[in-house]
Amino acid sequence: MTTRFIGKPLKRKEDPRLIQGLSHYVDDLNLAGMHYAAFLRSPYAHANIRSVDLSKARRASGVVLALSGTDIDGAIQPVPCAAQIPDMKSGARPVLARDRVRFVGESVAVLVASDRYAARDALDLIEVDYEPLTPIVNPEKAIAKGAAPLHAGQKDNVAFKWELEGGDLKAAFKAADKVIKQRIVNQRVIPVPIETRGVLADYQPGEGQLTVWSSTQIPHLLRTQIASMLNFPETLVHVVAPEVGGGFGTKLNVYPEEAIVAYLAIQLGKPVKWSESRRENFQATIHGRDQIDDLEVAIKRDGTILGLRCRVIADLGAYYQLLTPLIPTLTGLMMTGCYKIPAARMEITGVFTNKMATDAYRGAGRPEATYLIERVMDLVAAELKKGPVEVRRKNFPQPKDFPYATPTGLIYDSGDYQKALDMALKVADYKKLRQEQAKLRKEERYMGIGISTYVEICGMGPSSAMPAGGWESATVRVEPTGRVSVMTGSSPHGQGQETTFAQMGADVLGIDPSQVQVVHGDTSVVPYGIGTFGSRATAVGGTAVYKSLQKVKEKLARIAAHIVGSDPERMVFANRKIFAKQSPKKSVAFGQAVSAAYVAKTLPAEMEPGLEATTFFEPTNFTYPFGTHICVVEIDAETGDVKLVRYVAVDDCGNVINPLLVEGQVQGGIVQSVGQALFEEAVYDEQGQLITGELMDYALPRASDMCWIEAARTVTPTPVNPLGVKGVGEAGTIAATPALAGAVADALAPFGVHHVDMPFKREKIWQVMSKNRRRVQ
Amino acid sequence: MIPASFEYQAPKTLDEALRLVERHGDEAKLLAGGHSLLPLMKLRLATPRYVIDIGHLRGMSYIREENGQIAIGALTTHTEIEQSALLASKCPLLPETAAQIGDVQVRNRGTIGGSLAHADPGADYPAAILALDAEIIAANTSGTRTIPARDFFVDMLTTQLHPGEILTQIRIAPRRAQSGAAYEKLHQPASGFAIVGVAANVLLGEGGKTIEQAAIGITGLSARAFRAEAVERALSGKHISEKVIEDASRNGAEGVEPLSDLHASGEYRREMARVFTRRAVARAIVAARGDA
Ligand SMILES: Cc1cc2nc3c(=O)[nH]c(=O)nc-3n(C[C@H](O)[C@H](O)[C@H](O)COP(=O)(O)OP(=O)(O)OC[C@H]3O[C@@H](n4cnc5c(N)ncnc54)[C@H](O)[C@@H]3O)c2cc1C
Repeated sequence: MTTRFIGKPLKRKEDPRLIQGLSHYVDDLNLAGMHYAAFLRSPYAHANIRSVDLSKARRASGVVLALSGTDIDGAIQPVPCAAQIPDMKSGARPVLARDRVRFVGESVAVLVASDRYAARDALDLIEVDYEPLTPIVNPEKAIAKGAAPLHAGQKDNVAFKWELEGGDLKAAFKAADKVIKQRIVNQRVIPVPIETRGVLADYQPGEGQLTVWSSTQIPHLLRTQIASMLNFPETLVHVVAPEVGGGFGTKLNVYPEEAIVAYLAIQLGKPVKWSESRRENFQATIHGRDQIDDLEVAIKRDGTILGLRCRVIADLGAYYQLLTPLIPTLTGLMMTGCYKIPAARMEITGVFTNKMATDAYRGAGRPEATYLIERVMDLVAAELKKGPVEVRRKNFPQPKDFPYATPTGLIYDSGDYQKALDMALKVADYKKLRQEQAKLRKEERYMGIGISTYVEICGMGPSSAMPAGGWESATVRVEPTGRVSVMTGSSPHGQGQETTFAQMGADVLGIDPSQVQVVHGDTSVVPYGIGTFGSRATAVGGTAVYKSLQKVKEKLARIAAHIVGSDPERMVFANRKIFAKQSPKKSVAFGQAVSAAYVAKTLPAEMEPGLEATTFFEPTNFTYPFGTHICVVEIDAETGDVKLVRYVAVDDCGNVINPLLVEGQVQGGIVQSVGQALFEEAVYDEQGQLITGELMDYALPRASDMCWIEAARTVTPTPVNPLGVKGVGEAGTIAATPALAGAVADALAPFGVHHVDMPFKREKIWQVMSKNRRRVQ
Repeated sequence: MIPASFEYQAPKTLDEALRLVERHGDEAKLLAGGHSLLPLMKLRLATPRYVIDIGHLRGMSYIREENGQIAIGALTTHTEIEQSALLASKCPLLPETAAQIGDVQVRNRGTIGGSLAHADPGADYPAAILALDAEIIAANTSGTRTIPARDFFVDMLTTQLHPGEILTQIRIAPRRAQSGAAYEKLHQPASGFAIVGVAANVLLGEGGKTIEQAAIGITGLSARAFRAEAVERALSGKHISEKVIEDASRNGAEGVEPLSDLHASGEYRREMARVFTRRAVARAIVAARGDA
C-alpha cells in the first residue's frame, strides 16, 4: 500500500462543523411535544429519608409527572458495575435514593414539566424530610475502628481488598542497602468536559421503539444496559451518541439519568429531555483519581531498584459506577512503570465515603501509577544524591528485553526507552538547563527541572483482561456511487477518527479521504461495538476498520482482475483506478469496479454481489506507548506561584496516522495534567459539601498558564496490530503530572524538600518555602 | 441558565429607569453587563422580582474630558476602558486595571458602574478608583450627588448607594506631571478575581528622588477595598529607597481583618498585601520617573 495520506497532518474533517457551531449535541436536539426532566438532589452527604412529599410539585403548572425512589421501586435496576473483584461488597447505586442518601447531589426525586423553567421551579416545591447522619468524608477515618458503615448490612466501609504480588519481595527488601518510605496523595479531581451530560428519550408506543440520545462514549454498552435496567427488549432500543463535547472517561459510564429519562418517556409517551447543569456535573458525574499511596522502595546504593511495596487507599465514593473498583487495580498493574523492578506488591483497600463515585478519568489508574513510580525515581535519586536521569537510565529494560514481562503479569510489547529519553534531553538541552539552574539559584531564583519517563497501557485490550469485551468492530461498505462508508464501533468524541479512518480508507482503496465517510455512535447503523476509551479507538477500532478495508479491497481486486483479465493478486489501487501491476494499461476506474459489484452482471463465478465487509477485531495484547517528558518551572519565592517555563514531550505511540492529531492529543493531555498539578482538587468539607462546586472555585488551566509544548516523537511500532499503532489519547495525562511534580520538588531542593503533594497551589508552596527558610535562619 | 422567574423591564431613558427603581425598591435589580448579577440569579442566590435592564440607556457609555476632569459613563465596558486612548494618556492606571479583569468575554460585557456598585471584595476597579481619589456620581429621581471613592465602599457587596439610586458617572482628575501609577494583582486561579490587588499612585518631588504624595488602594484583602493610609504615611515625604518601600509595604494590611477562604488564608493574604504593595509602589515610581 502506498501511503499518500497515512502519516500526513491532514486537518480534521470534523472541525469546520464544530467551529461554526453547525453540529448537534444532545441539548441541540428538539422533538415535537418534548418535555423536560429535572432531578431533586440531596443537599446532605449522609441522611435517612423519612419521607418525600411530591403533592405540591405535582400540582404545579406545567408538571406532568413527579416520582420518588419509592414510586419507581423495582421498575429500574440499579446502576450497573461491570468490574468484579473477588469478595467485593455490594455498593450498587439505586437510580433514585429511597431510604438513604449517601452523597451531596444524589437524586431523590425526578419530575417532568412542559418546559425547563417550570421543571426547575417545581423542584422547589418538593418536600423531603431528611434525618441527617454523620458524614464520612475522609477515607482513613472511614475505615478506622468504629466508623459506621455507609451501606446497611455491611460491617465496615471496606468495599474490597485487592492484592497483587510478583517476584520475591522479601528477598528484595533483605538485599536492599536502603529502604525509602513515602506517602504520596493523588488528589480527587473533577474531569469537567465542556459539554455536560444530557439525555433525550423518545418512545413510539405503536412500534414499541425507544430511542435514546445520550452524550456517551459507549452507545452500544449503554443500549444493552438500558435494556437490562428497564427490562426492555434490546432489539427495540436505539441509542445515538450525537456530537459529544468531551468525555475524558466521564461518559464511559451508565448513569441513573439515562435509564430514568428513558423510563419517563415510556411512561408519558412523550419525548423527555434532561440537560445536566454544570453544578450537577460537578456533584453527580464521576470524579477521578483519589488515592493515598504508602510506598516502600528497596534500593541498592548504585541506584538499582530491587523491590516496591505499595499500600493504597482508594476513595471510591459512596457507590460503584460502571468501572469504579477496577480503576485502582490498573495502578497496580502499571506500578513498576518503565523499569526493571524484579519484585513488587500492591495492596489496595477500596473505601466507601460520602462522596460522588470515582471512576475512569483520562488515564484511569495509569496516571496514578506513573505518578507513583516517577516520584519514587526522584526520591531514590535525591536519597542517593544522583541525578534523576541516571537513576532512570539505570533501571530501564533494554530494547532487546522486549517483549518484557513485568512482575505484575503484563507483557510490554515493544519499546526503546533510552531513545526517547535521549531525544528529550537533547531537545531540552538538559545540560544547559542544569547550568542555568545553578546560576539562578545563586540569585535566589528557584528553577526546577522535572523528568518523567513513562510507559502506559493502551489499546484496551484483549477481552480476557476486560470486564465487557476488548474487541472492536467495523463495517466498510463501498456504496454504488463509489463513496465509502466506514461504520465503526468506536465512538469518537473529539479524538478525530472521522479523519484518521478516512485517511486509512483512502490509502487502502486508492481514493481520496473526502470520499470516505466515517459513521459512528448510532446503534442502528453501526455494528455492535465497545466504544472509545482507554486509548483504544485507533489501535483496536482502527485495526477493525483496516481489516474490513482489506476484505473489501480483496473483493474489488477480484472484480477488477476479472474485468481486465488479470491476476487478482497483482492489482494495484491508486488514483481512483485499479490496475494490473505489470501492465498498468489493464485498468478499470474504481467506480466501475464498484458498480460491477452492485449491477452484478460481470462478477466472477460464485462471487456474491455487494461490497461490504465486517470485522470484529480481538487484539492479542494491550499496547504500551512510552516516552519522556521534561518540564521546567520557576517558582516565585514571594508568592509560591509556579510558572511553567518550558515543556518538552517526546512520545512514542508507535506508527502515526496523523501527526497533527497525535500532537493535539498530547497537548490536551498535558494541559489537563497541568490542571491537576497546579490547581485542581475536588474539596469536600467535613459535612461532605463539595466546596469546589463550580468553575468560580474550581480552577482549570488556561492558555495563559501554559508555556509552549515542544513535542517530538520516536517511532517504535507495536507487533500487536497490523497498523503498528499504539494509542495516544491519554499519554499527556499519564506522563505530565510527575514531570511537573518533579520540577516543583527540584525547585524546592534548596529548602530541603523532596516531595510535595499536588496540587501545587501558591499558598502551599509559599508555606513550604517560608517555613523551611525560617528553619534555615 | 434557569433563574427564578422575573419580570424584565428595559427603560429607554435614565429618568424612566430611576422611576422604575424607585417604584420597585428592594424587589428590583439593575442589569448592566450582567456578569455579576446573572451568575447569582443562575444559582438562585439572587431572585429579583423585577430586572431593570439599563443596558439600553443611551448616553451612559462614554469616556470624555469635562471641566478639566475625565468623566466615564457608568455603562462603559471594561474593554472600552482598556482600549481608551484618552485614558492611556491621562489616566493609564484605569486601562491597566481593566486589562486584568476576568477574561475577554467578561471585559466585553461587564461595566465599570456595575463593578463598583456590586462591590465584590475581589473586584479590581475599587483599588484603582481609591488610589485615583475618584468621585462617583449617583442619581435618583430628585437629583444627583457626588460620593468620594474613599467613602463609597462600605462592606462586602455594600456601598454608599441608596435604594433608588443609579450610579451614572465616575470622575477622575487627570494625572499630574511627575506622577505615576501601577496595579499589581494576585489573581484567584478559578475566577480571576483579586486575592490581593494593590493600586499605587505616587507623585514625586523635583528630580524624582522623593515621594511627595502616595495613594494606595487595596482590594481583595478584606471585605471591602480601602485606602492603605499607613503605607501612604510611611511613604509620603520620604527619600526613595528600596528599604523605604519595603518598610512601608509592611503596613499594607494594618488595621484590617483579612478574608480567609478556600483560595487563600488570612495569613497568606496579609503577606501578599505586603508583596504586592511593594511591587505596585516600585512600579508606580518607575512610571512617574518615566515622565520626568
Ligand atoms: C467569570 C468571571 C470572572 C470575573 N473576573 C473578574 C475579575 O477578575 N475582576 C473583577 O473586578 N471582576 C471580575 N468579574 C466581574 C465583572 O467585572 C462584572 O462585570 C462586574 O463586577 C459587574 O459589572 P456588570 O456590568 O456586569 O454588572 P451587573 O452584573 O449587571 O450588575 C451587578 C450589580 O450592580 C448593580 N448595578 C449595575 N449597574 C449599576 C449602576 N449603574 N448603578 C447602580 N447599581 C448598578 C446591579 O443591580 C447588580 O446588583 C468577573 C465576572 C465573571 C463572570
